[in-house]
Amino acid sequence: MHVSEGVLSPAVLGAGAALAALGTAVGLRRPDYDRLMTVALLSAAFFVGSLVHIPIGPGSVHLILNGLLGVLLGWAAFPAILAALVLQALLFQYGGLTVLGVNTFNMAFSGVLSAYAYRALVRLLPGPRGRKAAAFCGGALGVALAGFFTAAALAFSDEGFLVAAKLLFLAHLPVMAVEGVITLFAVTFIARVRPEMLNL
Amino acid sequence: MTLSALDPRVRLGLAALTTLCLALVQQISSGLLGLVFGLGLLRLARPAVTSLPRRLAAVNIFVLFLWCVLPFTMPGEQISFGWLAASLPGLRLSLLITLKANAIFCVFQALSGDMPPSAAGRALEGLGCPAKLVFLFLVTGRYVHLLMEEWQTLMDAAKLRGFAPRAGLRAWRVLACLLGLLLIRSHERSRRVYEAMSLRAFTGNFRTVTLFQTRPADAILALVVLLFLAGIALTEMGLVHV
Repeated sequence: MHVSEGVLSPAVLGAGAALAALGTAVGLRRPDYDRLMTVALLSAAFFVGSLVHIPIGPGSVHLILNGLLGVLLGWAAFPAILAALVLQALLFQYGGLTVLGVNTFNMAFSGVLSAYAYRALVRLLPGPRGRKAAAFCGGALGVALAGFFTAAALAFSDEGFLVAAKLLFLAHLPVMAVEGVITLFAVTFIARVRPEMLNL
Repeated sequence: MTLSALDPRVRLGLAALTTLCLALVQQISSGLLGLVFGLGLLRLARPAVTSLPRRLAAVNIFVLFLWCVLPFTMPGEQISFGWLAASLPGLRLSLLITLKANAIFCVFQALSGDMPPSAAGRALEGLGCPAKLVFLFLVTGRYVHLLMEEWQTLMDAAKLRGFAPRAGLRAWRVLACLLGLLLIRSHERSRRVYEAMSLRAFTGNFRTVTLFQTRPADAILALVVLLFLAGIALTEMGLVHV
């Protein structure tokens, strides 16, 4: 879930912007324009993917897909998510300019962390089963951490937000399971069709 | 002359500055002033966007969530409406956030609502954004609609083969595979596009024939916005009472 404009305190906004800038700098250091093209198209694909409704019970949820993005891109997930969020701010006006840093950091850093978790698990449990378990954990962890960081940003902004922050984190839990399953199937599919994409 | 004819660099820069100032506001009166200014600017600009109500709803979903939670959970002085008790600081904070979020939305929509991603990308470059980031933004913006069409094609094909999106592992699996296919296709498209661009002597920056020009009208807009921001600052410090 995106945090809207005008909610967070200046200190949290500043910290988020600084951390997002740092992550983006790390993510942009290595890739040349050849690789950036791939990052840009995958970023666009994730933008599309995050608009897909996944049916759950009587309703439906939107995916975040930051775990899958992290697994495919590593640290380049930072600039990819930043570009997608700027585009979203211009096209759909979900979360605006001042919260851009916080939203980028929340989603991208959790994606990067879940990519590390994915790689560690794949190394620990080699074989297709291990990959499935790792993909599920990567997808679920991405959402869980994003929910946690968002809740923390709210809680640090004002003590009055504490209950709202807890509710927001709890709302992320069902999405976590769906996202884990979707990431599992998507990674299995990619591993079968284009295995080289998983070690980009 | 409409607002959308002005220099995109000036519009984006002013939008960023105003957003930053409004996000830091702590007084209800300054938030109200911001909303009035934003609405005025929006009326003046009349951006050519058809989805303004939907965008407004997207902003206010989070605000609505806070209205449902903050007044009943924030500690402080209570005020009761019949059987319902709400805390004053919670109500005040919810109101402040509503005003700020909507004020920022209006200003941002008025100044950049109908700016195409390509103009926005070049304006960002003009404002000193790193070249690689601008490249990423321009290419992402260029291909988003294309990939949306591709996703629609994939979904249509699946539906023609009897796929119905229902809750359950089977439907999730199909959706995940389609998503994986979209990622693979976009990966391959990126290879092809880059090769085609290299063949046409691409070295890392896009060239354009439309140049941005700053004219007197831009200076007038900048002056109006800066005067408004000064007004907000004075209200915020309590020197002017609205």
